[in-house]
Amino acid sequence: MANRTYEVMYIVDPDMDLDKVTKLNEAVGKLIEKEGGTIVRFDDGGRRTMAYPIKKKTEGYYMLYEIEGSGQEILELERRMRVNDMIIRFVTVRVDEDRKKAEKMRLKREKRTNQRSKFRQSAEEKAGTAPEASV
Amino acid sequence: MAERDTEAPAGADREREVVTGDEGFDKMPRRTYQRRRPRQVIPDYVDWKDVDYLRQFIPERGKIMPRRISGITAKDQRRIATAIKRARSMALLPFVWE
Repeated sequence: MANRTYEVMYIVDPDMDLDKVTKLNEAVGKLIEKEGGTIVRFDDGGRRTMAYPIKKKTEGYYMLYEIEGSGQEILELERRMRVNDMIIRFVTVRVDEDRKKAEKMRLKREKRTNQRSKFRQSAEEKAGTAPEASV
Repeated sequence: MAERDTEAPAGADREREVVTGDEGFDKMPRRTYQRRRPRQVIPDYVDWKDVDYLRQFIPERGKIMPRRISGITAKDQRRIATAIKRARSMALLPFVWE
């Protein structure tokens, strides 16, 4: 299966000890690697205020994993997250397709600017040499 | 795009034309057609985690700014909207501000 990139973000209960939170993060990382995914990036967003209360809590520890894999590990991870009481919210976003599209657009734009500058150059050259030729 | 104003592409603004009945085609009022330009450039990849960037598309109420006000292309508007919705689901942005 083609390689896919996912961003998994989850919010951990703010009442938990920091040790427990780090332990949970390690457990998540281990699970991903066990299921055949690779961790590209791990971001500890730290404690921050949520825009609205979830489960009567106004704060939470934000964690972000960037995972590369087939999608099987996401299935397992989400299943585990759903039953875990410490995780109050999680979301998975597939990002590789959007990134590819962005890259494509960037290349297209680069090509266009290149062509434009080339055209302008040739036009300037023509304008510069034409009078000389006539003389 | 001055030429575009007088010679609007056929069918592009047919709905806007006002048919005045028996006056004939030569007297038909010609509506000026102004092509809209996007008022700002959106990056190729809109990050749903970039709250500070997305904030500019959210007025006080917390609703997503409509396209006629944000003035960006339909494609960009869709990307911004999905990014905002993703951020909302993770409580990065509110659904409503009171």
